[in-house]
Amino acid sequence: MDATTAITGFVALYIFMLAAFTGYEIIGRVPAILHTPLMSGSNFIHGIVVVGAMWALFNASSTLEQAIGFFGVLLGAGNAAGGYVVTERMLEMFKPSDKKKG
Amino acid sequence: MTAQFIIDAAFIVATLLFIYGLKRMSSPVTARSGIVVAGVGMVVAVLVAFLYIADVNPKAEPFLKTNIILGVVALAVGLGWAWWSGKKVEMTAMPQMVALYNGMGGGAAAAIAAIELFGHKAHGNIILVMAVLGGIIGAVSLSGSLIAWGKLDGRINGTWRFPGLQAVNGLILLTILGIGAWTVYQGGAVGPELIAAFFVLSLVYGVMMAMPIGGADMPVVISLFNAFTGLAVGFEGYVIGNPALMVAGMVVGSAGTLLTLLMAKAMNRSVSNVLFSNFGASGEEGQG
Repeated sequence: MDATTAITGFVALYIFMLAAFTGYEIIGRVPAILHTPLMSGSNFIHGIVVVGAMWALFNASSTLEQAIGFFGVLLGAGNAAGGYVVTERMLEMFKPSDKKKG
Repeated sequence: MTAQFIIDAAFIVATLLFIYGLKRMSSPVTARSGIVVAGVGMVVAVLVAFLYIADVNPKAEPFLKTNIILGVVALAVGLGWAWWSGKKVEMTAMPQMVALYNGMGGGAAAAIAAIELFGHKAHGNIILVMAVLGGIIGAVSLSGSLIAWGKLDGRINGTWRFPGLQAVNGLILLTILGIGAWTVYQGGAVGPELIAAFFVLSLVYGVMMAMPIGGADMPVVISLFNAFTGLAVGFEGYVIGNPALMVAGMVVGSAGTLLTLLMAKAMNRSVSNVLFSNFGASGEEGQG
Protein backbone atom coordinates (compact mmCIF):
# COMPACT_ATOMS: atom_id res chain seq x y z
CA MET A 1 0.00 0.00 0.00
CA ASP A 2 2.90 2.33 0.71
CA ALA A 3 3.82 2.52 -2.93
CA THR A 4 0.55 4.26 -3.77
CA THR A 5 -0.03 6.23 -0.57
CA ALA A 6 3.40 7.87 -0.79
CA ILE A 7 2.38 10.57 -3.25
CA THR A 8 4.16 13.67 -2.00
CA GLY A 9 2.50 17.08 -2.05
CA PHE A 10 4.43 18.25 -5.10
CA VAL A 11 3.74 15.11 -7.13
CA ALA A 12 0.07 15.60 -6.26
CA LEU A 13 0.30 19.18 -7.53
CA TYR A 14 1.81 17.97 -10.82
CA ILE A 15 -0.96 15.39 -11.21
CA PHE A 16 -3.68 17.95 -10.42
CA MET A 17 -2.14 20.53 -12.75
CA LEU A 18 -1.85 18.18 -15.72
CA ALA A 19 -5.30 16.69 -15.12
CA ALA A 20 -6.81 20.16 -14.95
CA PHE A 21 -5.27 21.07 -18.32
CA THR A 22 -6.51 17.79 -19.77
CA GLY A 23 -10.07 18.53 -18.67
CA TYR A 24 -9.85 22.07 -20.01
CA GLU A 25 -8.51 20.99 -23.40
CA ILE A 26 -11.06 18.20 -23.85
CA ILE A 27 -13.99 20.55 -23.30
CA GLY A 28 -12.41 23.50 -25.09
CA ARG A 29 -14.38 23.65 -28.34
CA VAL A 30 -17.55 21.77 -27.55
CA PRO A 31 -20.77 22.76 -29.37
CA ALA A 32 -23.57 24.13 -27.18
CA ILE A 33 -25.83 21.19 -28.09
CA LEU A 34 -23.50 18.88 -26.14
CA HIS A 35 -23.35 20.96 -22.93
CA THR A 36 -25.96 18.97 -21.02
CA PRO A 37 -24.86 15.47 -22.18
CA LEU A 38 -21.27 16.37 -21.39
CA MET A 39 -22.24 17.60 -17.94
CA SER A 40 -23.97 14.27 -17.45
CA GLY A 41 -20.97 12.38 -18.86
CA SER A 42 -18.51 14.09 -16.55
CA ASN A 43 -20.97 13.45 -13.73
CA PHE A 44 -20.63 9.75 -14.57
CA ILE A 45 -16.83 9.92 -14.57
CA HIS A 46 -16.57 11.25 -11.03
CA GLY A 47 -18.62 8.20 -10.08
CA ILE A 48 -15.17 6.59 -9.78
CA VAL A 49 -15.50 7.86 -6.19
CA VAL A 50 -17.29 4.56 -5.50
CA VAL A 51 -13.89 2.85 -5.70
CA GLY A 52 -12.48 5.15 -3.02
CA ALA A 53 -15.54 4.56 -0.85
CA MET A 54 -15.07 0.79 -1.24
CA TRP A 55 -11.47 1.13 -0.08
CA ALA A 56 -12.58 3.19 2.92
CA LEU A 57 -15.31 0.70 3.81
CA PHE A 58 -12.99 -2.34 3.56
CA ASN A 59 -10.61 -0.56 5.92
CA ALA A 60 -13.32 0.52 8.38
CA SER A 61 -12.53 -0.49 11.96
CA SER A 62 -15.51 0.74 13.97
CA THR A 63 -19.29 0.65 13.67
CA LEU A 64 -19.44 4.37 12.89
CA GLU A 65 -16.90 3.98 10.07
CA GLN A 66 -18.81 0.97 8.73
CA ALA A 67 -22.05 2.96 8.68
CA ILE A 68 -20.48 5.95 6.92
CA GLY A 69 -18.64 3.65 4.53
CA PHE A 70 -21.84 1.80 3.67
CA PHE A 71 -23.55 5.05 2.71
CA GLY A 72 -20.44 6.17 0.86
CA VAL A 73 -20.47 3.06 -1.35
CA LEU A 74 -24.24 3.26 -1.77
CA LEU A 75 -24.09 6.89 -2.91
CA GLY A 76 -21.02 6.35 -5.10
CA ALA A 77 -22.62 3.36 -6.83
CA GLY A 78 -25.72 5.47 -7.46
CA ASN A 79 -23.58 8.19 -8.99
CA ALA A 80 -21.81 5.77 -11.34
CA ALA A 81 -24.83 3.74 -12.46
CA GLY A 82 -27.26 6.65 -12.67
CA GLY A 83 -24.73 8.83 -14.47
CA TYR A 84 -24.16 6.11 -17.07
CA VAL A 85 -27.84 5.40 -17.77
CA VAL A 86 -28.84 9.06 -18.01
CA THR A 87 -25.88 9.96 -20.24
CA GLU A 88 -26.52 7.02 -22.52
CA ARG A 89 -30.17 7.96 -22.88
CA MET A 90 -29.31 11.58 -23.66
CA LEU A 91 -26.77 10.54 -26.28
CA GLU A 92 -29.29 8.15 -27.85
CA MET A 93 -30.82 11.28 -29.31
CA PHE A 94 -27.67 11.88 -31.34
CA LYS A 95 -28.26 8.68 -33.27
CA PRO A 96 -28.27 9.43 -37.01
CA SER A 97 -31.84 9.27 -38.30
CA ASP A 98 -30.96 6.88 -41.14
CA LYS A 99 -29.83 3.62 -39.62
CA LYS A 100 -26.76 3.46 -41.81
CA LYS A 101 -23.51 4.09 -40.01
CA GLY A 102 -22.22 7.40 -41.21
CA MET B 1 2.08 -6.87 -3.54
CA THR B 2 0.80 -8.57 -6.66
CA ALA B 3 -2.74 -7.55 -5.79
CA GLN B 4 -1.54 -3.97 -5.47
CA PHE B 5 0.20 -4.22 -8.84
CA ILE B 6 -2.97 -5.45 -10.56
CA ILE B 7 -4.97 -2.68 -8.88
CA ASP B 8 -2.52 0.01 -9.98
CA ALA B 9 -2.33 -1.31 -13.55
CA ALA B 10 -6.13 -1.59 -13.85
CA PHE B 11 -6.63 1.94 -12.53
CA ILE B 12 -4.22 3.33 -15.14
CA VAL B 13 -6.28 1.61 -17.85
CA ALA B 14 -9.53 2.90 -16.30
CA THR B 15 -8.20 6.46 -16.13
CA LEU B 16 -7.11 6.30 -19.77
CA LEU B 17 -10.56 5.03 -20.80
CA PHE B 18 -12.24 7.86 -18.83
CA ILE B 19 -10.21 10.57 -20.54
CA TYR B 20 -10.57 9.00 -23.98
CA GLY B 21 -14.29 8.50 -23.40
CA LEU B 22 -14.76 12.11 -22.35
CA LYS B 23 -12.84 13.23 -25.42
CA ARG B 24 -15.16 11.21 -27.67
CA MET B 25 -18.19 12.63 -25.85
CA SER B 26 -17.15 16.17 -26.77
CA SER B 27 -18.04 15.67 -30.46
CA PRO B 28 -21.59 14.87 -31.66
CA VAL B 29 -20.37 12.20 -34.11
CA THR B 30 -18.48 10.09 -31.57
CA ALA B 31 -20.43 11.02 -28.43
CA ARG B 32 -22.42 7.80 -28.16
CA SER B 33 -19.36 5.57 -28.20
CA GLY B 34 -17.65 7.85 -25.67
CA ILE B 35 -19.96 6.93 -22.80
CA VAL B 36 -19.50 3.23 -23.57
CA VAL B 37 -15.69 3.60 -23.47
CA ALA B 38 -15.91 5.39 -20.12
CA GLY B 39 -18.38 2.77 -18.89
CA VAL B 40 -15.91 -0.04 -19.60
CA GLY B 41 -13.34 1.87 -17.56
CA MET B 42 -15.76 2.09 -14.64
CA VAL B 43 -16.57 -1.64 -14.71
CA VAL B 44 -12.84 -2.48 -14.72
CA ALA B 45 -12.18 -0.13 -11.79
CA VAL B 46 -15.05 -1.39 -9.64
CA LEU B 47 -14.26 -5.09 -10.23
CA VAL B 48 -10.58 -4.60 -9.47
CA ALA B 49 -11.41 -2.58 -6.32
CA PHE B 50 -12.46 -5.87 -4.69
CA LEU B 51 -8.76 -6.80 -4.64
CA TYR B 52 -8.40 -4.20 -1.86
CA ILE B 53 -9.64 -6.99 0.40
CA ALA B 54 -6.25 -8.67 0.07
CA ASP B 55 -4.42 -5.88 1.81
CA VAL B 56 -6.42 -4.10 4.50
CA ASN B 57 -5.17 -2.27 7.53
CA PRO B 58 -4.54 -4.72 10.44
CA LYS B 59 -7.06 -2.93 12.69
CA ALA B 60 -9.79 -3.63 10.13
CA GLU B 61 -9.08 -7.39 9.87
CA PRO B 62 -11.74 -8.46 12.42
CA PHE B 63 -14.32 -6.32 10.64
CA LEU B 64 -13.43 -7.47 7.14
CA LYS B 65 -16.16 -10.07 6.67
CA THR B 66 -18.92 -7.63 7.66
CA ASN B 67 -17.29 -4.91 5.58
CA ILE B 68 -17.31 -7.08 2.45
CA ILE B 69 -20.98 -7.96 2.95
CA LEU B 70 -21.83 -4.30 3.55
CA GLY B 71 -19.87 -3.32 0.45
CA VAL B 72 -21.59 -5.85 -1.81
CA VAL B 73 -25.04 -4.92 -0.48
CA ALA B 74 -24.37 -1.19 -0.86
CA LEU B 75 -23.05 -1.69 -4.41
CA ALA B 76 -26.01 -3.85 -5.43
CA VAL B 77 -28.62 -1.51 -3.93
CA GLY B 78 -26.94 1.65 -5.25
CA LEU B 79 -26.40 0.26 -8.76
CA GLY B 80 -29.83 -1.35 -8.93
CA TRP B 81 -31.77 1.65 -7.69
CA ALA B 82 -29.88 4.16 -9.87
CA TRP B 83 -30.11 1.96 -12.97
CA TRP B 84 -33.85 1.50 -12.49
CA SER B 85 -34.55 5.18 -11.73
CA GLY B 86 -32.37 6.33 -14.63
CA LYS B 87 -34.18 4.05 -17.09
CA LYS B 88 -37.72 4.92 -16.12
CA VAL B 89 -37.37 8.69 -15.76
CA GLU B 90 -39.01 10.92 -18.38
CA MET B 91 -36.71 12.44 -20.97
CA THR B 92 -37.71 15.92 -19.79
CA ALA B 93 -36.74 15.10 -16.22
CA MET B 94 -33.12 14.31 -17.09
CA PRO B 95 -31.45 17.45 -15.66
CA GLN B 96 -32.75 16.87 -12.16
CA MET B 97 -31.62 13.24 -12.27
CA VAL B 98 -28.12 14.45 -13.17
CA ALA B 99 -28.34 16.72 -10.11
CA LEU B 100 -29.46 13.83 -7.91
CA TYR B 101 -26.70 11.46 -9.04
CA ASN B 102 -24.16 14.24 -8.80
CA GLY B 103 -25.21 14.95 -5.23
CA MET B 104 -24.75 11.26 -4.44
CA GLY B 105 -21.18 11.44 -5.75
CA GLY B 106 -20.54 14.48 -3.55
CA GLY B 107 -21.95 12.57 -0.61
CA ALA B 108 -19.63 9.64 -1.31
CA ALA B 109 -16.62 11.98 -1.36
CA ALA B 110 -17.80 13.56 1.91
CA ALA B 111 -18.22 10.05 3.38
CA ILE B 112 -14.58 9.22 2.59
CA ALA B 113 -13.55 12.48 4.30
CA ALA B 114 -15.79 11.64 7.29
CA ILE B 115 -14.22 8.20 7.75
CA GLU B 116 -10.71 9.65 7.58
CA LEU B 117 -11.52 12.47 10.03
CA PHE B 118 -13.73 10.58 12.52
CA GLY B 119 -11.32 7.63 12.53
CA HIS B 120 -8.28 9.94 12.93
CA LYS B 121 -6.75 8.16 9.95
CA ALA B 122 -5.54 11.23 8.09
CA HIS B 123 -2.07 12.31 9.11
CA GLY B 124 0.15 15.08 7.82
CA ASN B 125 -0.78 18.67 7.06
CA ILE B 126 -1.31 18.38 3.31
CA ILE B 127 -3.44 15.24 3.64
CA LEU B 128 -5.55 16.89 6.36
CA VAL B 129 -6.03 20.06 4.31
CA MET B 130 -7.14 17.95 1.31
CA ALA B 131 -9.46 15.83 3.48
CA VAL B 132 -11.06 18.93 5.02
CA LEU B 133 -11.46 20.77 1.69
CA GLY B 134 -12.84 17.66 -0.03
CA GLY B 135 -15.22 17.16 2.89
CA ILE B 136 -16.59 20.72 2.66
CA ILE B 137 -16.94 20.68 -1.13
CA GLY B 138 -18.46 17.19 -1.18
CA ALA B 139 -21.03 17.99 1.52
CA VAL B 140 -21.96 21.32 -0.11
CA SER B 141 -22.37 19.51 -3.43
CA LEU B 142 -24.56 16.85 -1.80
CA SER B 143 -27.07 19.19 -0.16
CA GLY B 144 -26.93 21.80 -2.93
CA SER B 145 -27.58 19.20 -5.62
CA LEU B 146 -30.49 17.78 -3.62
CA ILE B 147 -32.06 21.26 -3.48
CA ALA B 148 -31.45 21.67 -7.23
CA TRP B 149 -33.10 18.29 -7.82
CA GLY B 150 -36.06 19.22 -5.61
CA LYS B 151 -36.57 22.53 -7.38
CA LEU B 152 -36.44 21.12 -10.90
CA ASP B 153 -38.63 18.19 -9.90
CA GLY B 154 -41.24 20.59 -8.49
CA ARG B 155 -40.83 19.30 -4.94
CA ILE B 156 -39.51 22.60 -3.64
CA ASN B 157 -41.47 25.57 -4.83
CA GLY B 158 -40.44 29.17 -4.90
CA THR B 159 -37.25 30.66 -3.71
CA TRP B 160 -36.35 31.28 -0.15
CA ARG B 161 -34.32 34.26 0.80
CA PHE B 162 -34.20 37.10 3.26
CA PRO B 163 -32.25 40.35 3.57
CA GLY B 164 -28.70 39.73 4.68
CA LEU B 165 -28.64 36.18 3.29
CA GLN B 166 -25.20 36.71 1.78
CA ALA B 167 -23.86 37.89 5.16
CA VAL B 168 -25.30 34.84 6.95
CA ASN B 169 -23.83 32.57 4.27
CA GLY B 170 -20.44 34.26 4.63
CA LEU B 171 -20.58 33.71 8.38
CA ILE B 172 -21.41 30.02 7.96
CA LEU B 173 -18.59 29.57 5.47
CA LEU B 174 -16.12 31.31 7.80
CA THR B 175 -17.19 29.04 10.68
CA ILE B 176 -16.72 25.93 8.50
CA LEU B 177 -13.29 27.10 7.38
CA GLY B 178 -12.44 27.95 10.99
CA ILE B 179 -13.29 24.46 12.23
CA GLY B 180 -11.40 22.99 9.27
CA ALA B 181 -8.32 25.09 9.97
CA TRP B 182 -8.47 24.13 13.68
CA THR B 183 -8.71 20.44 12.70
CA VAL B 184 -5.60 20.75 10.55
CA TYR B 185 -3.79 22.73 13.27
CA GLN B 186 -4.55 20.00 15.81
CA GLY B 187 -3.22 17.34 13.46
CA GLY B 188 -6.70 15.83 13.12
CA ALA B 189 -7.03 15.23 16.86
CA VAL B 190 -10.36 16.96 17.45
CA GLY B 191 -13.52 15.63 19.06
CA PRO B 192 -16.26 13.91 17.05
CA GLU B 193 -18.81 16.62 17.92
CA LEU B 194 -16.63 19.26 16.23
CA ILE B 195 -16.24 17.11 13.12
CA ALA B 196 -19.98 16.45 13.10
CA ALA B 197 -20.64 20.20 13.35
CA PHE B 198 -18.21 20.72 10.47
CA PHE B 199 -20.16 18.39 8.17
CA VAL B 200 -23.60 19.61 9.28
CA LEU B 201 -22.63 23.24 8.64
CA SER B 202 -21.24 22.29 5.22
CA LEU B 203 -24.56 20.65 4.38
CA VAL B 204 -26.43 23.74 5.60
CA TYR B 205 -24.20 25.94 3.46
CA GLY B 206 -25.06 23.91 0.36
CA VAL B 207 -28.78 24.39 1.06
CA MET B 208 -28.33 28.13 1.64
CA MET B 209 -26.34 28.42 -1.58
CA ALA B 210 -28.93 26.69 -3.79
CA MET B 211 -32.18 27.87 -2.20
CA PRO B 212 -32.17 31.48 -3.48
CA ILE B 213 -31.54 30.40 -7.09
CA GLY B 214 -34.48 30.13 -9.45
CA GLY B 215 -35.36 27.09 -11.54
CA ALA B 216 -34.35 28.64 -14.85
CA ASP B 217 -30.77 29.00 -13.68
CA MET B 218 -30.52 25.51 -12.23
CA PRO B 219 -28.66 23.83 -15.12
CA VAL B 220 -25.75 26.23 -14.62
CA VAL B 221 -25.82 25.56 -10.88
CA ILE B 222 -25.95 21.79 -11.40
CA SER B 223 -22.93 22.07 -13.68
CA LEU B 224 -21.16 24.05 -10.94
CA PHE B 225 -21.96 21.40 -8.32
CA ASN B 226 -20.77 18.79 -10.83
CA ALA B 227 -17.40 20.54 -10.96
CA PHE B 228 -17.48 20.73 -7.13
CA THR B 229 -17.98 16.99 -6.81
CA GLY B 230 -15.12 16.41 -9.25
CA LEU B 231 -12.84 18.56 -7.10
CA ALA B 232 -13.94 16.79 -3.91
CA VAL B 233 -13.30 13.39 -5.51
CA GLY B 234 -9.86 14.55 -6.64
CA PHE B 235 -8.93 15.79 -3.16
CA GLU B 236 -10.17 12.65 -1.41
CA GLY B 237 -8.25 10.62 -3.99
CA TYR B 238 -5.09 12.22 -2.69
CA VAL B 239 -6.12 11.54 0.91
CA ILE B 240 -6.54 7.80 0.30
CA GLY B 241 -3.57 7.62 -2.09
CA ASN B 242 -5.51 6.74 -5.23
CA PRO B 243 -4.18 8.50 -8.36
CA ALA B 244 -7.14 7.33 -10.49
CA LEU B 245 -9.52 9.34 -8.29
CA MET B 246 -7.14 12.30 -8.37
CA VAL B 247 -6.96 12.39 -12.17
CA ALA B 248 -10.61 11.59 -12.90
CA GLY B 249 -11.77 14.04 -10.22
CA MET B 250 -9.56 16.87 -11.36
CA VAL B 251 -10.38 16.34 -15.06
CA VAL B 252 -14.08 16.64 -14.16
CA GLY B 253 -13.31 19.55 -11.86
CA SER B 254 -11.72 21.61 -14.62
CA ALA B 255 -13.96 20.39 -17.45
CA GLY B 256 -16.99 21.07 -15.25
CA THR B 257 -15.80 24.57 -14.38
CA LEU B 258 -15.26 25.40 -18.04
CA LEU B 259 -18.63 23.86 -18.92
CA THR B 260 -20.29 26.01 -16.24
CA LEU B 261 -18.72 29.14 -17.74
CA LEU B 262 -19.79 28.11 -21.26
CA MET B 263 -23.36 27.41 -20.15
CA ALA B 264 -23.58 30.74 -18.34
CA LYS B 265 -22.16 32.48 -21.41
CA ALA B 266 -24.75 30.77 -23.63
CA MET B 267 -27.40 32.40 -21.42
CA ASN B 268 -25.59 35.76 -21.63
CA ARG B 269 -24.91 35.69 -17.89
CA SER B 270 -21.88 35.45 -15.69
CA VAL B 271 -21.64 32.71 -13.07
CA SER B 272 -21.52 35.19 -10.18
CA ASN B 273 -24.61 36.85 -11.64
CA VAL B 274 -26.39 33.49 -11.53
CA LEU B 275 -25.27 32.73 -7.98
CA PHE B 276 -25.65 36.07 -6.27
CA SER B 277 -28.42 37.93 -8.06
CA ASN B 278 -32.09 37.14 -7.72
CA PHE B 279 -32.75 37.51 -11.41
CA GLY B 280 -33.60 33.95 -12.36
CA ALA B 281 -35.93 33.52 -9.41
CA SER B 282 -38.35 36.30 -10.07
CA GLY B 283 -38.27 36.13 -13.86
CA GLU B 284 -38.26 39.02 -16.28
CA GLU B 285 -40.70 41.22 -14.38
CA GLY B 286 -38.38 41.28 -11.38
CA GLN B 287 -35.94 43.29 -13.42
CA GLY B 288 -38.39 45.82 -14.73
